[in-house]
Formats: sequence, structure tokens, C-alpha cells
Amino acid sequence: MAALYEGYTLCGIVPSQNLTNSSIQGVEEERDSDHVIVTDAFRSVTLYKVSDQKPLGSWTVKQGNCLTCPAVYNTHTKEYVTVTDNKVIRIWKEDDVLLDKTFKATVLSDIWRVHCVAGGDPVVLFQRGAVRLLDSLLSAPQQTVEEVLAPDETIRWSTNIVAGTQQLVIFTTEMKGDNFLYLQKLKPNILHKYRLEQENSSLSPLSFSASYRDKLIHLLYLYPNGHVYQSVISVLGPGAEEGSQTLSLPRNLLLALSVDEDQLNAASALLLDEAHVAVVGVPHPSAGTSKDFLCIWNINFQTLQAGKEIAGKIFGQLWCYSNKLFIPHGKTLSVIPYGCTNSSLASALGKLKQYRNEESKPLVSVPSWNSILHEEKTQPSRAIETRKLRSTHKSQSSPSLTVEQVLELIKTAPVEEVQKGVEGLFSRTDIQDLNQSVGPLASTLVSRSLADTAFYSPITLAQLVHTHSLCHSVCPDLVQLALEKKDYFLCQLCLQFFPDIPEAVTCTCLKAFISMPDSEAEKVNLEPDSLSFMETLTSREHCQVGLRNGFNSTSSLEDHSDVTMTKADEENRKSTAPGESCPVGLQKAVLLNEILQTAYTDDLLLPHLKDLSSQHVFLFLQYLHFLYLKYNEDAFPQSHGYRSPSVSQIMDWVCLLLDAHFTVLVMTPEAKVLLLNFHSFIKSQVRLFSELGKVEGGLQALQHMKRKQDIGQYSIEIIELF
Amino acid sequence: VGEFQSHSVHEKKNAPSAEVAPCACALNSAVTIPAILVQVIPGRDNAGIEALCWVGQRLFSAGLRGEITEYDLENLQPKCSVDAYGGPIWTISCNSMGTLLAVGCEDGTVKIFEILEDRIQFQRSFDRQKCRIISLSWHPSGKLLAAGVMDMIRIFDVETGHSIHRMHVERLVGASKSREVVVWNNLKSEQIKHRVSYGLIDGTSEGTVVQFQFLSRTVNQQDKDWVRTRTFKNHTHDVRALVHTEISVVSGGMDTQVVVRPLLDKVEKNTQESALRKIVFPHRSLVCCAKKLGLLLFQFSDHLELWRLGESEGQGRPGESLLVKRKPEKLIHLKRKGEDHIRCSALSPCGEWLAYSTVSSVRLYMLQIDNNNIRITKVSKLPKILNSAQQLCFSSDSTKLFATCSQSSVIVVSLSQSECKYVHTLNPQPGEHPVHLLHASDDGNWLVTANTGFEIHVYNLQKLKLHCTVPVYSSCPTALAINPTTRNLITAHADQQIFEFSLVQKEYTDWSRKLQKQGLHPLWLQRDTPITHVTFNPKNSAHILLHDVFMFCIVDKSLPLPEARSQLSNQMTLRSLPESERMRHSHAFKICKTFQYLLSLTLLDDQSLVVVERPLTDIQSQLPAPVRQKKFAT
Repeated sequence: MAALYEGYTLCGIVPSQNLTNSSIQGVEEERDSDHVIVTDAFRSVTLYKVSDQKPLGSWTVKQGNCLTCPAVYNTHTKEYVTVTDNKVIRIWKEDDVLLDKTFKATVLSDIWRVHCVAGGDPVVLFQRGAVRLLDSLLSAPQQTVEEVLAPDETIRWSTNIVAGTQQLVIFTTEMKGDNFLYLQKLKPNILHKYRLEQENSSLSPLSFSASYRDKLIHLLYLYPNGHVYQSVISVLGPGAEEGSQTLSLPRNLLLALSVDEDQLNAASALLLDEAHVAVVGVPHPSAGTSKDFLCIWNINFQTLQAGKEIAGKIFGQLWCYSNKLFIPHGKTLSVIPYGCTNSSLASALGKLKQYRNEESKPLVSVPSWNSILHEEKTQPSRAIETRKLRSTHKSQSSPSLTVEQVLELIKTAPVEEVQKGVEGLFSRTDIQDLNQSVGPLASTLVSRSLADTAFYSPITLAQLVHTHSLCHSVCPDLVQLALEKKDYFLCQLCLQFFPDIPEAVTCTCLKAFISMPDSEAEKVNLEPDSLSFMETLTSREHCQVGLRNGFNSTSSLEDHSDVTMTKADEENRKSTAPGESCPVGLQKAVLLNEILQTAYTDDLLLPHLKDLSSQHVFLFLQYLHFLYLKYNEDAFPQSHGYRSPSVSQIMDWVCLLLDAHFTVLVMTPEAKVLLLNFHSFIKSQVRLFSELGKVEGGLQALQHMKRKQDIGQYSIEIIELF
Repeated sequence: VGEFQSHSVHEKKNAPSAEVAPCACALNSAVTIPAILVQVIPGRDNAGIEALCWVGQRLFSAGLRGEITEYDLENLQPKCSVDAYGGPIWTISCNSMGTLLAVGCEDGTVKIFEILEDRIQFQRSFDRQKCRIISLSWHPSGKLLAAGVMDMIRIFDVETGHSIHRMHVERLVGASKSREVVVWNNLKSEQIKHRVSYGLIDGTSEGTVVQFQFLSRTVNQQDKDWVRTRTFKNHTHDVRALVHTEISVVSGGMDTQVVVRPLLDKVEKNTQESALRKIVFPHRSLVCCAKKLGLLLFQFSDHLELWRLGESEGQGRPGESLLVKRKPEKLIHLKRKGEDHIRCSALSPCGEWLAYSTVSSVRLYMLQIDNNNIRITKVSKLPKILNSAQQLCFSSDSTKLFATCSQSSVIVVSLSQSECKYVHTLNPQPGEHPVHLLHASDDGNWLVTANTGFEIHVYNLQKLKLHCTVPVYSSCPTALAINPTTRNLITAHADQQIFEFSLVQKEYTDWSRKLQKQGLHPLWLQRDTPITHVTFNPKNSAHILLHDVFMFCIVDKSLPLPEARSQLSNQMTLRSLPESERMRHSHAFKICKTFQYLLSLTLLDDQSLVVVERPLTDIQSQLPAPVRQKKFAT
């Protein structure tokens, strides 16, 4: 989920002569997240403290000079760097009052931008595509700079990224309708060139945004037709041999925002995190054609998460630093805080009550000057108050701990105390209110248990799972932990209650269950309902098994006379006649039933299933066969009300297992009988269904005849008698 | 060859409803299956009958008017009525000796009447109860009488008239919605407490019939208890009447059906007897057709409707519906005079005369129909002898009207524009049985009657005297007609047999003998609705048209009779066969089941069939919704 909070004005801006561009060139982060430097389009650079909405310093170049690059802050040297009139690099410190008296250096070629990110060195990008580190450039300002770009190729956008130790400059260019991406690595200098795929009617991207994550650069770009694409580029580059070749850059469509006939002209999309994109200047889907909106979209589920109308003209400019969006509009530069929390599919679909992180909650920033004036006074008193509250809480009995306190408790206290704390929490408050805190409670508990092998609190975890507010994506290590601790009851609960267990985890559980020694399985305590279901199922074993749903096990033996069998086979078959007894223990069967009932996707499950050993596959197949036979008995009470796997679930798993291990099973002599049984079974079922199909035709004809007879109150008909 | 093409008109709307719903029933003797409706005693307005009782061969009824009525079963009309002065009467019952008649009244009294030779006479009134008496049952000894009131059974001493015992039954017998309770006396039991019943059945407003039996819950134990043994869902609406016979439960419901449900422990399984019988329609024709003009006369209990058939144009392929060019048109809606319901009606073949009769009078009308001008004039001067008719019929040339009246005699009246003159009374010999079938042949030479004594008389109309009497067959005739070309009489009987009798030779024809020798197809004999109409194809004298409620059949005498193991209803099979093979497989009985709930079937002069259907769902949709009360008998 994401939210946009109440925004506030950082500063006013002077509208430029031509109204299409804003008068702000750039907003760059300064020493910390609360300070930014704003460079206007003319002559001045201003340092702001964001939370105070007030300027801390301002520098202006002489009349006649012009700033051509947003000022950046070098965190190493605590200096500001900018460029005037394309060729003059200016460097100054906060103490310097007059810009004209500070360091200047003139270079031979026009500079496009100076970039500097926190932790990196300043980098200079020339308009013709060459890149230099500022230090090396300043050591010889008059050095000649090579031309990387073709004569009519111009840079559209650029940024600077620090990937581990590697510093990168990324910039895009346009030439005759084609768009290119350059990836310039520094130290050693390597340049990669990519060609962006052409968008319809040779549109050029309106805005770019890049972020670095997991050794990959994610490049996001927005076209005037509302399409937002993402391309992923490896930091390592395309591999050595391709060298200077221009590669085509694969892209995928993240969002297709609805744009009316007229295309976007001032819009921008910005990656906020791996799942969210902020878009400005695009119509809100439910608010007509007005484009004055700032929206946050979830790109995983393509859902609109938050939207805000922005007053005044939007220039399609947007910056983002530490949970604040900076957006110039009309005559002001506004700061709009936002919050994004990781969302799982379960929460996106509304299956899970979302809890909100502590981090995203507090942005109760200062909307007006008024409160800022009084803040100094109020803050300490508030702190005292909370401290007082805490102390009173502590003096009271332990059950009345707050969620935060319990979280603290979980991190350090022994099992019993944690258990008591959580129980207290549950007994005191309505479970509904606690839904939001179940997630953090569980994940802290799990991480503690993982870190500290001696610590494990099965009861508390079971209690948390029972709230139905947990899902696998909120607490991904829980199932693994339960398996490690051999807490099969918790495993069962997780399989029952989690809507989103990945196939890999399902398979791990399956492996663990099926390889569990029977002696161990007997000791396992499981959910009573599922146990009694299996008990009723197995207790029916002994009663006479007659004709089952069109399949008669004895008659089917004659069916495949074409399959030559030795006598030994025949005996073998008799000894392991199908459905005679449950091949696994009761507890194991119950756990396997849970596996059968989890949701999965065939394609994702299949590779994991291949990891099962053939012994296990054989056992599991035997069990499935047993279940299937039981289900097809005439007298089997399907409507007993217990949670139980459906016939189609069983059949799907049989198919999956056979798919995954068919060759192995064919080669295994023990499996032959089982496979033959399956074969004859399926054959009889197919026959049954084909018969049903025939009947269906007849019934439909009947229906048709009946409908035909429906005539009015008076009719004249021709009938013929033979 | 064996192909017969017919142009069919069928009509669903405004066909007469199946008379008035049965309100009460009582059986004179053991039911012989199949049961057919032989005669109807027409009712009157505002005289709902709630209970019936046979005393020997005499029939008594009681109803909402508070009167006890005895019927003249020869002339089928009320003989005498006595007011019980107790408000509406809900039940009537006579003792085993047939000397006393008890009635249960709305005001809570049980009144005893003495049955005399020619009338009944009030004897005494028992102690008055707080609410209406809804059922009565005599003890075989005749000394005690059990009466069912709301929620309890009271037992009266007949001598003193006092209540000597009472028994609360709560939801069993006296529940307010149970309309009818039949109590079967226990002949053996000496115990006072349980003398009331042995088998007991009970009908509810939802159409279910519940049987209770007084049985011990476990075998060989003395403590007997009432056990609900059977529940039948016989009707869709109120159950109005119930009879428990030796082998079956007979119920009559608001939904106009009489259901005979054999008790399977009393009959042999899978026989004619064990089949469930539903008597849906009156087994007599309520529709009359003027063949020449295409007019249909519908008889309702309180009015007559005259309709003109619609027309279509062009030809069509078999199975198709033709476009109706001219819609059917209602020409006349004739309300009857007086309180008595219409008993019978007739329309002359030329469409110029219309007659109907009630218990008290006969009315004759002259019709003039030319396109849109319709004039109807009542014929004012009718012969005095024509005061009431059980059956009415016009001759084929519309010059004569035949009416049956008492003593199975037939009055012949000649009709002309100017006057209406009595001609003759055909009176075979003083008979006792009323005539229920009357037919005048199309050639105008013959008149045939059948009476409830199963006698069939044929009269020669030229000579105005009895021509012959057909040998009496053991089953009641349900339909008859004379083929004008061959002068053979076809009769259909309640046991589904068909006979052909030659009027010239005065003996059964060869075809009839062949039919009897070979026997009718078993499936034909198993049908449970009687043939109600016989007619002929004037173009092909070998064709006989028959119909019952669920099918009509063309019997082609030129074709071989069906073998017992061959398919009887073989039209579908024949359709699928190539033409060359059809001949080999076809047989004399050509059955068409396209039309269901047939009220009437007539072959018009232009070889069109007029079929009148009366779907049951139509009748049911016109009935008031049943009162659903869950808590009863749970």
C-alpha cells in the first residue's frame, strides 16, 4: 500500500518567460534527508531545510552569467558544485557568501551535467557524451574531451549511480527519432550503448528514472501515450565480446496509463521502490481528463494506490528524496511526503489486513508555519508524557503491554515471558485491532528463533497463525522455521491458513512430511478435525469394496490382457491390491492431505517435484491411489463437513507426479503394478465419461423436444401419421 | 398406403374446466378397477356438498346449505331434501344396519335421522359440543357413535345422546386444517378406549394423504400405538374427500382429480390392480363441434361458449406450425338461467341449433351466423314432454333433436324454422338404467343409446322403432358410433375392449372377431383412461378414430393387428424407416401422443382434426393456493 500525505510549500518560484518550463532546474539532496539545494533556471542556488520550510543560504551568480546545471553537493568535501554558461565549473562551500569570489575553472567543451550522489565522487558529463571525474578534470581543465556522440545526437537525460564500488553514469540520447542509452562505467572506463525499442509513431520518452537494486539497474521511462516501460540492465554489462556494438534494450510494459486523445506533454514517472511508481501529469483514472494529478501506482498489480490533485500548472518535473516528493507546480515548489509499504498479493486482493510500518506512520509533518512556531514548546512535553505513560504501564500488571513493548520483549525475553506477553495482548484487545500488529510480531518472533536456536515458542506462533491475519509473504521464514523445529502442527496450520505459500515451500514441506519416519509421525499432534477425517476414511477400509464408480477392480484385471505379465507380477499385484490399506500412517496422511489442498501453479510446482526421490514419489502415488479409490467408493460420505482434499485435487497431483517422474517410474519394477492400476482405472473412468457424454446428448435432445412443444393457446399444425 | 395426413387445430384456451372439483366421495361397493365416470348429477349454485353416504342403494348428501338430500339415481336429480337446522353439515354417516343416519353440524350438534322407505325423518339431537363436528363413525353394534371435533374425539351413547367418553388427539384427527378423516371401525376390539379406529387416513390442505395404523411398535407386544404408516402426496391442493377401501385409498382433491392408490400390501404387485390411477377428467364430452361451420361449443357448469375456429393459409411440411391467418373468435357467451348447473348441451352439425338442459328444464336456441352478424333466438314453445334431458343430440341433417329422459327412453323432436314438434318416444322396454351415451349416425338412419346397465340399443329412425340390442358386455361402454358407410357400430368399453357390430347382419363383424381372437395389445389394455369418443373418416371407411385423455389413435382395419410383442406406439420408429420398409412394420393402431389432456377430437369435413387440450397446469393455476401449514402431523 502507498499513501500520499499532506504536502507543504518549500518555496515560491518565479515563473519563467516561456510558460512551458518551470523555473527550477533541479533539486538535489544535501547533507541529509532534511536538506536540499534548489537550483533555479536563472542565477541562484538556495539551500533549504525541508522540515522547517526555510532557506538556510542562497547564492547568486553575476548578472549576465547563467546557471546551466543544477548544483550538487559533494558529501566528501562538503562543497557545492555547479556550472555556469556551460563551460565554467564553480565550487564553493556553505560559508562562502559571494559566489563570484569562489573557485572557477573553465573547460574546453560544453558540460551537460555534474552529478554527485551521496558516497560518490562528482562526475562531469559533457554534452558530447564524454565523462570525467571532477577531480581528474580539474587537474587539467584544458584537456581535450573526446566526442562520443554522433554530431546530431543530443543528451536528453542523465543520472549517476553508485553500484557497490562501481560508479556509473547513465544517460539517454536522441538522434533522428531513435533513442539510445549509454552506460558509462568509471574506473575502469567502459561504455555500453543500447538502443531503446521504438514506440509507436516514433515517440520519444518524456521522462526517465533509474534505480539500482540487486546488481541490476532498473530503468523506467514514460512515453507521451501513457505507456510506462521498464528495462533491466545488468551492471556488469552485456559481456565482453560485444564491446562497442549497440545492443537493443529489452523492455517490458509496466503500466498503460489511460491518456485521452491528446498526448502527454509534461509528465514524469519516478520509481519509488520495487513495486511503486509515482506519476505526475497523467490523468487520474476516475477524475476525467484533468492531468493535474500526482499518483502512486503499484506496478506489480497495476493498481492505483494513491492520488492527489495538484493545483496550478504542472511542469512534468518530479524529484524524490527519502520519502518526500518534490514537485514544482504553479508558482510554488511543494513537498509531498509519501509512504509505501511492501504489499503482498494477499493484501492487494484484500485478503489480509494490512499493518502499517512504524516508519511509514509518523510523517505527521508540519503543514503550517503556525505549528512550527509552537513545536519547540510542545515536543518535550509530549516526550515526557509518553515516558510517563510507559512508566505507568510498567507498574501495572504484565498483560497490559503495548504492541511495541511486546515486540521489544520478543527480542530479548525468554519463551515463557514472550508467550505471556502475546497472550496478554490477545486477551486484552479485540483481535480485529491486533490484525495490524500480527505481522511484525510474527516476523520478529521468527527472526529471533532463527538467530537463537534455543529460543522457540510454538504456542505463540500457532496463536498468531490462527488469527488468519498472517500470510506467507508477510512472514516468509515461518514455514521453514517450523520444519526445522519439526513443529508439524504449525506446518499444518500454515498450510491451512496461508493463502500464498510458494510452490517451492510446498514442495519442501512435502519432502519433509513424506520422509518423516513413521515412529516420529505417530507422536505428532495434529488438528483433530483432519485426523478424524482420515480415521473415518481408513476405518472404511475393511468393509467390502464392490463396484466403484464404474470401476471394478477385479474385472479390470482381465481388461489389459494385452499386457504380458509374469506370474510373479500377478502375485505381486494380489499382495498389493489397490486400496486395501493406507500406505502411510495416519498422521502422515493428514499432513499430506494438507499439501494436496494448497494452491499451486503447475508450471511452478513441476521443477520442485522433480527433486523428490523415486521412493518418495512411489509412496506418495500409492497414497494418492488409495485416496482416490476411497473417494470412488459408492458409500463414501463426501458431505461429512470436514476439510478434505477434493477428487480433482487428488487427480491433479497424480498427474503432476506422473509428469515429473514418468521415466523413473516406468523403470522401477515396484511401480509397475501401481501404474497398471492407474491405467485401468483411468480407462474405466474415461469409458464412464464417454457413456455420460452419450447420455448428455440424449438428454439435451429431450430438452429440445420439450421446448419445441411450448406453443401458444391456439395453433394450427401439420402432423403426419404413418 | 398407410399414410394419413391430418391438419390439426388445437385449442387450449377457454376449454371447459374439468367440472367442479370433487368435494366428497363415498363408495357403494368395492371399487372395480378401472373405475370410470358413468353419470353426473349436476349441482346447484351455492350448494357445496361436503359429505356423501350410501345407504344400501340409496345415496344421501349433505352440505353447506345445511340440508340432507337424497337422490333419484334413475333420473339423476335430487329426490327430496330435509333441513337439519344445524348450520352447514360437515359429515354424514349411517349405521351398519342402514336404519339411522347421523350428521355432524357446524353448531356442534350431532343429529340422528331415521331412514324410512321413501324419506328420512329427524329423530333426535345429541349433546351440543363447543365446535363443529367434522367426522362421525358408528360402532358396529350401533350403540355408540364416535364424533371428531377440534382436537378430540367424543363418544356418544346413541340411546341417551350423552357423551360418555372423550379422547384428546391433538394434532392427529381434529387439527383444523384436516378436511376429512376416515375412521375405520375396529370390529374385533372390545376395548372401549381404542374402539375408535383400526386404520385411519387423513388428508391435508397440501394434498397429502396420511395413513395411520394402530399397531404395536414392536412385534409381539401388547401396547399398541398410533403409527403414521403411509404418506401420499396425491394432490396439489386441498384433499376434499377420502375413502379407505379394502385395497386402496381413494382421494378427491381440490385440483379436480380423483386418485385411487392401491395399498401395495393388499394387492398383488405389478398387476392392473396395483397401478396408481388418477381420474383427471370427466369421462364424457364437454365439447361439441359443428363440423360444417367449424364451430365449437364448450360446456361450463354455468354458461356455454361458442367459438369459431381460426384459419391458416397454405400448406406446410409435417411437424410445422402454420401461420394463423384468422384468429379463433368467441361468438357467443350464453349464461344459463336459474340455479341449476348445466347437465348437457348440444350443437347441431349445421350450426343452426343449440340446446342445453339442466335438471329442471331444456332450452333450445336458433342461431344465425353469417360472418359478423350473429343472432340467437330462443325457441319459446317446446313440447311439454321435453322438461329435462340427460343427453341431447341433433340428427346429422339438423332436422331432429333427440333427448333422453327417464326410463332410458328417447324423445324425438322435429325442428323447423316455424315450429318445434314432438314426434315420438323411443322406449325399448321399461328399463331402470339412465342413458349415458347417445349417438345419431351421420346417414340419419340410426340412433344408438347406451345405459349404465351396459345395454346398447339401436333404433331405426326411418321406422322409429328399435332395430336391435347389442349383446350385453360385462364392461360399461364409454364411447360408441355408427360408421355410416359400412353401417357397423363401434363400441369402446371401460376395460379398453373395442367391438364392431354389424347393424345389417346383427352380429359382430369378422374384424371384431379377429380382434377378440388375437386379443388387443397388452399396452393398449394397460392404459388407464377410457376411450371417450369414436368417429370415422368419411374418405376412408376403414379408418376409425378413437381418443382418450393422453392420445388419439387411428385404427386402420385394412392393416394387420399388432402382435403382443411388437411395439404398439410405433410412429417414431416408422418415421425413421425408409418408405419401402414402413409397410412391413406398420400395424392397425396408429397412435399419436402429441396432444395431452385431450378433451375432444373431431374430424372436420375438410379432413382437419380439431383437438381440444386442457392442460392440468392451467386448471391448477386457476385454483387458490393451498394453505401451507407445516406443523400438522409432524
